[in-house]
Amino acid sequence: MNLVLPTHAVRVASNVAWRSVALRGWGRLGSAPCQAARPERLREVADALLAEGGRNLIAHGGGRSYGDAGLNGGGAAVLTARLNRMLAFDAETGVLVAEPGVTFADIIAAFLPRGWLPPTPPGTAFATLGGAVANDVHGKNQHAAGCLGHHLEWLDLTLADGTTRRLSPTGDAEAFQATIGGIGLTGIITAVALRLLRVPSNAMVVRRRRIAGLEEYLEAFRTARDASWSVGWIDALAGGATLGRGVLETAEHATESVAIPAAGTRRMPFDAPGFLLNPLSIRAFNAAYWRRVPAGGDEQVMHANRFLFPLDGIGAWNRLYGWRGFHQFQCVLPEAEAPRGLRLLLEAVGQAGAASFLAVLKWMGRPGVGMLSFAQPGFTLALDIPARPASRALLLRLERITRDHGGRIYLAKDSALSPQGMAEMYPRLADFQRVRARLDPQGRLSSDMSRRLGLG
Amino acid sequence: MAAPTETWLVLGGGSTIGRAFAQRAAAAGAAVLVAGRDVAELERSAADLRLRHGVPASAMLFDALDLASHRGFARACAALAQGQLNLLLAFGSMPSQAECDAEPGVARRMVETNVTGAASVLTALAPVLRVQGGGVVVALGSVAGERGRPRNHLYGATKAALAVFLQGYAARHARHGVRVLNILAGPVDTALTWPLPKLPFMASPDDFAAGAWRLARQRSGQAHLPGIWAPVMAAIRAVPDRVFNRLDL
Ligand SMILES: Cc1cc2nc3c(=O)[nH]c(=O)nc-3n(C[C@H](O)[C@H](O)[C@H](O)COP(=O)(O)OP(=O)(O)OC[C@H]3O[C@@H](n4cnc5c(N)ncnc54)[C@H](O)[C@@H]3O)c2cc1C
Ligand SMILES: NC(=O)c1ccc[n+]([C@@H]2O[C@H](COP(=O)([O-])OP(=O)(O)OC[C@H]3O[C@@H](n4cnc5c(N)ncnc54)[C@H](OP(=O)(O)O)[C@@H]3O)[C@@H](O)[C@H]2O)c1
Repeated sequence: MNLVLPTHAVRVASNVAWRSVALRGWGRLGSAPCQAARPERLREVADALLAEGGRNLIAHGGGRSYGDAGLNGGGAAVLTARLNRMLAFDAETGVLVAEPGVTFADIIAAFLPRGWLPPTPPGTAFATLGGAVANDVHGKNQHAAGCLGHHLEWLDLTLADGTTRRLSPTGDAEAFQATIGGIGLTGIITAVALRLLRVPSNAMVVRRRRIAGLEEYLEAFRTARDASWSVGWIDALAGGATLGRGVLETAEHATESVAIPAAGTRRMPFDAPGFLLNPLSIRAFNAAYWRRVPAGGDEQVMHANRFLFPLDGIGAWNRLYGWRGFHQFQCVLPEAEAPRGLRLLLEAVGQAGAASFLAVLKWMGRPGVGMLSFAQPGFTLALDIPARPASRALLLRLERITRDHGGRIYLAKDSALSPQGMAEMYPRLADFQRVRARLDPQGRLSSDMSRRLGLG
Repeated sequence: MAAPTETWLVLGGGSTIGRAFAQRAAAAGAAVLVAGRDVAELERSAADLRLRHGVPASAMLFDALDLASHRGFARACAALAQGQLNLLLAFGSMPSQAECDAEPGVARRMVETNVTGAASVLTALAPVLRVQGGGVVVALGSVAGERGRPRNHLYGATKAALAVFLQGYAARHARHGVRVLNILAGPVDTALTWPLPKLPFMASPDDFAAGAWRLARQRSGQAHLPGIWAPVMAAIRAVPDRVFNRLDL
């Protein structure tokens, strides 16, 4: 049921002001008009959930999910980015208690100088903790460190009825596991207790080497299994003998710190015009990226931010793909299936001529603790697919290949997965739906994504 | 970290702008006192300031409408301040003109908060500033106080009254080293403006706070923020009444 609210705003419950906004995912595929509240005080979260007519609602954090996980067209959204206070830190255990709107960038700014890093930083520092829990995010250390959920002491979750519960591995473990990776569908996370990672400096020693093709890539990742951090960039447009060509980066923490890089970022001031995005220009860009690395590899000491968040230096880079926006596709395939499956995925993208800038390949070690956690042991591939009339068909093909190889698609990135695919890829879906029905019996938490995936 | 040389008392410490300004002050190494009515919330903000910036920060109960409490409150602030005590006046209420018209009680509360309450607490704090040999007082005025518009002229009137009060306050305490800055603020994207239709030249709280922090170091008297509002308001003030009255602003 839709909210009945006038165009601008009214005050509903005690302190909650709503206004109409159009929210978009990071892929800018379309905009979802909804009524939004933007609490700045803890109690306003419960007020928003209790608001009269606030039937159908989802939390929205930093808006860094590519698809529709944080969107709720025609319904309501609770923007949690302004609940962004750090509440407590224990220097013995490294446990930080913070509100959900605190970002990885906030944590790094405050704690990296003191020798602490968020345990599993995703590829952007602008993700919020609430959003990161809800997708159980992973970093370039997934093979060793697992996902965010492995590093949580507890969570405070405000339920649809306005009550708040503290969830942990020992306190309603089921609800804890449903909320980690639960794409916002169990309630609104209002506090997170997270164990930070002790690091010796703010810097990393990053080794880069060229990889000629897919087989060599998978082998290189296995050889690099002891590296603390590793990530591979793939030229998704290289085909034939060079299919899977790329650059593997591995990193260790440096013993000495480096100067903090200047804060200034470049920004995409407008949507890139379509002609910049033809396969030729992207092919040239990707090839240049590959060649920039010397044949014998290289080694550089850099600030952790530069290694962890290479794209954050260019503000609004998502406008690079033009006004039509883009899909991102990320899947993980079990190790045994990876050589064949990855080849088929890359070939499909190549045949479709879908112009993806650098794609990312990564090795995963530990499955996530959430019922809908994405991570499972194997290889994960992520690539951009500019929105074109033909891109739906391509995404369908990629889903098929993923299913055929026992793989799974990442909801944080997704905009196209089918309900059948979802059910097949996420075997604990039924458990998740059961816990959700207990926590939110009236089904008030719902999003464009949950409806698309047939989860209600 | 070295002991702070200044303490910023943020009156209305739970306001969006007050919170953003407190971050700036703490990042620069100042101690912060966040004062307002919702102490549980303010405690959370104070914890955040301590954790992020390693500065002393505490929450204080303050109600602009409780005039009788202001002297005691001023004494408590003086006792807690480390180094020079400076003030940011960041509380205010802004019900719509329609609410004010319909409910005289709402209108009265706004005037009592924005004018009476502001004047009272600043008066109570003046001796503290004089005794310490000076201090900086920054107030959040508004462009709404420069020309009355149909949509919010009572709110504008409170900000105009505050401006005149601050002029006299500055003149009265200047020779004791007190420096006063009234920031004539344009729209800022805060909890106050969230329910309103989109406003022109809307500033983000962080950008606004950065600007306010810069102005607080340099300027006294009045200053527009964002700066674009200086020429815009000059133009709006120059529009003749017969034209102005036909515009729907
Ligand atoms: C450049 C880039 C690189 C990335 N790299 C990685 C990577 O390496 N690894 C990885 O795992 N991910 C990666 N991501 C994805 C990103 O980490 C996730 O999408 C993350 O969830 C974004 O967090 P957010 O705060 O922006 O949340 P949003 O996108 O706003 O929301 C995401 C989900 O979280 C829910 N949510 C948000 N706040 C709350 C709350 N308070 N309570 C309950 N639910 C909430 C929403 O309902 C939604 O379902 C990347 C994204 C980008 C743009
Ligand atoms: N936002 C703008 O566009 C804009 C433009 C020009 C000027 N300003 C001025 O900037 C200041 C801050 O506003 P904001 O936009 O940041 O709004 P806000 O977040 O809504 O903050 C208003 C604050 O005023 C406090 N307050 C109200 N009555 C009070 C009382 N009796 N005693 C103590 N505190 C009281 C509230 O405190 P509680 O926490 O106790 O509720 C609240 O924190 C206001 O003076 C406003 O007039 C704002």
